Amino acid sequence: MRSRIAPAAALMAAALLATSCGGAGETQDGAGADLDVAPGVTDDSITIGSHQPLTGPAAPGYIHISNGARAVFDHINDNGGINGRQIDYVVKDDAYDPARTIEVTRELVHDEEIFAMMSGLGTPTHSKVTDFLDDEGVPDLFVSSGALQWNQPEEYPLTYGFQVDYTKEAKIQGQYIAENMPDAKVGYLHQNDDVGRDSETGLEQYLGDQRVAVESYDSGNTDVGPQISALQDAGADVVVCSCIPAFSALAMLESASIGYEPQFVMSTIGADSATLQGLLSEFAADAGQDDLPAEEMLDGMIYTGYFPSVTMQDDPWVQLYSQIYDEYGEGDTPMTNTTIYGMLQATLMGKSLMEAGDDPTRQSLIDAVHEQDLTGPGLVPFAAIEDDHGGYSGAQVLQFRAGEAPETLQEARITDNAGGEITEPEFERPGPEEFAFHDE
Amino acid sequence: MVSLSDHESTSRDGGPGGAAPAPTLGDRWRALPALVRFPLAAVAAFAAIVALTSVTGPTADLRIGSVGYYMLAIAGLQLLIGYSGQISLGHGAFMFIGAYTVALLVLNQPALPLWLNMIITVVLSCGAGLLVGAATARLHGPYLAGATLALAVGLPSLTVRYPELLGGSNGLAFSTRGAPASLAGVVTDTQWQAAAVWLTTLIGLVVLATISAGRLGRRMRALRDDESAAGLAGIPVGRTKVIAFVISAGAGGLAGACQAYLLGTATPSSFGVTLSLSLLAALVLGGLGSMWGAFFGAVALVYIELWGEDLAHALSLDSNVANNLPIVFFGVLLILIILVWPRGLHGMASSLAGSVRRGR
Repeated sequence: MRSRIAPAAALMAAALLATSCGGAGETQDGAGADLDVAPGVTDDSITIGSHQPLTGPAAPGYIHISNGARAVFDHINDNGGINGRQIDYVVKDDAYDPARTIEVTRELVHDEEIFAMMSGLGTPTHSKVTDFLDDEGVPDLFVSSGALQWNQPEEYPLTYGFQVDYTKEAKIQGQYIAENMPDAKVGYLHQNDDVGRDSETGLEQYLGDQRVAVESYDSGNTDVGPQISALQDAGADVVVCSCIPAFSALAMLESASIGYEPQFVMSTIGADSATLQGLLSEFAADAGQDDLPAEEMLDGMIYTGYFPSVTMQDDPWVQLYSQIYDEYGEGDTPMTNTTIYGMLQATLMGKSLMEAGDDPTRQSLIDAVHEQDLTGPGLVPFAAIEDDHGGYSGAQVLQFRAGEAPETLQEARITDNAGGEITEPEFERPGPEEFAFHDE
Repeated sequence: MVSLSDHESTSRDGGPGGAAPAPTLGDRWRALPALVRFPLAAVAAFAAIVALTSVTGPTADLRIGSVGYYMLAIAGLQLLIGYSGQISLGHGAFMFIGAYTVALLVLNQPALPLWLNMIITVVLSCGAGLLVGAATARLHGPYLAGATLALAVGLPSLTVRYPELLGGSNGLAFSTRGAPASLAGVVTDTQWQAAAVWLTTLIGLVVLATISAGRLGRRMRALRDDESAAGLAGIPVGRTKVIAFVISAGAGGLAGACQAYLLGTATPSSFGVTLSLSLLAALVLGGLGSMWGAFFGAVALVYIELWGEDLAHALSLDSNVANNLPIVFFGVLLILIILVWPRGLHGMASSLAGSVRRGR
């Protein structure tokens, strides 16, 4: 044995040294992967994989996404499965670290042999594995991020977005503010990454003349005092916050503490009222105020949404999800919009797998995604066709009311992420009975 | 790789009787000069890696590669902490420099060969090490730890400061060349990458081991044991400390370069304080004061979390518990090992080997 390994190693070392004289960055593209295959599909199961932050700083907010998805898959499995098969949902923890994402994604594809990737979470993380998934021919459905890059069918033919992208959402917010508050002075508060950049592109199209201040925060620094003061000094009476929940809450607390009361307009990513209430109370308690009326603080907040929120108790989908969550959810954690987000993805996945047929292949799954109207429980149309992988294509404008269901200020509108118009779509939103996502 | 074992100033060998036993194979091996012994051991280790990756799959190849670059980073830290006695809580910062150097070179100068990228990385990170080392040479103990910690906290935020160049918080993504086309079917891309990482690592380790076995290494150990005594004995205290810092920064940078090459990405969140502290924890777990400690530490860093995950799955625990179990597992193991064998896994291995030898 040893006698054969030594020359092999020597050869390898020599080859390494010789070829390392070529450029390090030259890569040659292989042909597209074969999609008429069905790894992860057995006679009685289909394996679906995902990478999520289950530990680390991003986990407390986002862990509910996979919990929600798992609850729906459990519900599907206990109700006959999909075309006679059970869903095996494998979630790997990447702790929101791209290096770990790359590792666990390879693990999912090579060791767990997943049929498809669902809802890979995060822009910095998932952007590092789209190339790999594409090379391996793994359908990469419903990415959990609003970055524009998932909607590049030419470059990533197997990657499909899910949530409304940041620019589309910002255009709708911008137009709403310009039409309904034409005299307001508007300030932006951004996360200084693609969230902020893409949102600003959209807002500027409508609010260029009304904008008086643009402030950004770094997600590693929880002091937003200077930014809020700058917005106040600029006289902004509307603040559009393209922030993650922790920073929506911090911005609200900070402005309350200096007696500054602008109208907040929140993006979907940071407008989950249940999460915000929790965060507000937590931050206030840290600062020594235990009796903060968190719900009243949120009263009047305007936000955009593309799926039913947990406060819409009359919605048939929310009712179904509440039942599912009572039965399969994580014990003492209440259901939030983040939970619904994951449940929605699992529902769309179930629907796509149903339509992929009795003998699904990766190609038939992609075909099913293209051919189906995946709007489902969402409030706006869903784009998943050959040349548009954008996911939810617009948003409603809503206002939070303490103790009540939110008020819809403006019905669903859709648009594109460039200079296109904002239009009112014609679509039908199916109820749970009309949208078969499991057997029976 | 036998040669990488202890270079302690006092020899552990020789039985209690004191009579010289007949020279064994091991003794003859140890009698070889370091310049022969370390390269030979590295060649044997490389052969072992090639043999190992020829039977494993792509995921395992990636992990084997990860052990390689972590080992290089930890070995650099070993030289700094274990040999020269300077504590660094910011070693991840040098990996950050290395990873971003390779990322920027590959993105902007794709035609540059990999070995040249690696050399540029080492030069740059040694330069950074010189700056930091010179600035902190007068600090020791907790003050040095604090200063280096600031480095780990502050450096990655440069990416947010210069988003156009460094990609902001999303970092940089790129693809590197895998196995050459002529070897298609013989060697897979991941095998190739793992081999390239380990070749780099082993070259780095040979340099580190040679340094620590030589005069510079002796000076560092003298410093570690008693700085005043070392100064009185004519050892240039400040300069030796800075040199140790520079060398370990170079190893850290090279490790970061290997990581970037292996994963095709450089992202600020990968190089936070957690990384620096993990490297330190792995070093302590592996064993301070020996290059073998770096090896054990790297293996532990890559595999213990995996085992923890498998354990959590096997026990089918509540998800909140299961998700955090791997980290707890690492922590508990660290505490237990340090309680029983203060010199870490390496100490455990050598005391076990010692008792076997005595039993013979």
